[in-house]
Amino acid sequence: MTVPFLILAVLTVVGTVAAMTLRNLIHCVLALTLSFAGLAALYLQLGAQFVGFVQILVYVGAVAILAVFVIMMTRGAGPGLHPIFSSFWTVGSLVAAGVFAILAWAICASNLSSRILPPQTEAAVRPIGDALMHQYVLPLEIMGLLLTAALIGAVVLAMQEKRRTP
Amino acid sequence: MSSLTSYLLLSALIFSIGLAGALTRRSAILVLIGIELMLNAANLNFLAFWRYGPHPEALTGIMFAIFSISIAAAEAAVGLGIILAVYKHRRTTDVSTMNSMKG
Repeated sequence: MTVPFLILAVLTVVGTVAAMTLRNLIHCVLALTLSFAGLAALYLQLGAQFVGFVQILVYVGAVAILAVFVIMMTRGAGPGLHPIFSSFWTVGSLVAAGVFAILAWAICASNLSSRILPPQTEAAVRPIGDALMHQYVLPLEIMGLLLTAALIGAVVLAMQEKRRTP
Repeated sequence: MSSLTSYLLLSALIFSIGLAGALTRRSAILVLIGIELMLNAANLNFLAFWRYGPHPEALTGIMFAIFSISIAAAEAAVGLGIILAVYKHRRTTDVSTMNSMKG
C-alpha cells in the first residue's frame, strides 16, 4: 500500500460519503465529481490510462452535468426535502453495513494477499482499439445499438406530452 | 496487506456507501447517483483484477470496464429521463411518495 494510493483512497471515500449525506443536492453532485475524479486517478495508477480518461469524460463531463441539469429542472436545488433520509434509514444502513462486512470478510479470508504484482504492462490505446475492432466487434455493435435505444428512450421520456385532441 | 487486497477493500467500501445511499435517501436523483457509485466500485474491481491477474496482456478487464461504463451512461440518461417524466406528472422527486404505477 503506497502513499499515493492512500491519498486517492481517502479523497474518493470522502467524496462518496459527502455525496450520499449532504443536504443540498448541488453540493452532493459536486462531491460526486470529486469521488469520480479520485476513481479516475486510481484507474490511472492501475495502469489503465484509456479507462481513466474515459471515466473523466463520461462521468465528470457527462453524467454529473446531466444530474445537475435534472436537479435544476426539478427544482431540487436549495434546502430540498425536509428529512433527507427516508423513514427506514436504519434498516438500509444495517443492510449496507452487513454487505460491507461480508465482502471484507471474504476478501480478507481469501488467499489474494499472496498475489504479487506482475510487471507493468503497457495498456496503450492501440491494442485496445485492435481488440475492439476484431475480438469484441459484436459487443461493440450491440453497445452502439443499446446507446441509440437509450438516447431515443431518454428523449421520448423527457419530451413534453402533447395534449390529446378528441 | 497486499495492494490487491486494499483495492478490493476500497471497492467494497464504495459499493457499501453507494448501497446505503440508494437505500436511505429520499431524493430519486440521489438514489440514481448511489447506483452509479456501485457500478463504479465494480469497475474498480475489474481493473484491479486485470492488473493483478496472470494475463494482463489479454485486456479482458479493460474491455469489461469500458462496456460497463457505456451501460452506466445509458442507464443514467434513461433514469434521469424517467425522473423528469415523474416530476412533470407528480411535481415531486421524493421516492417515498412514488407508490403507484398508474398515472
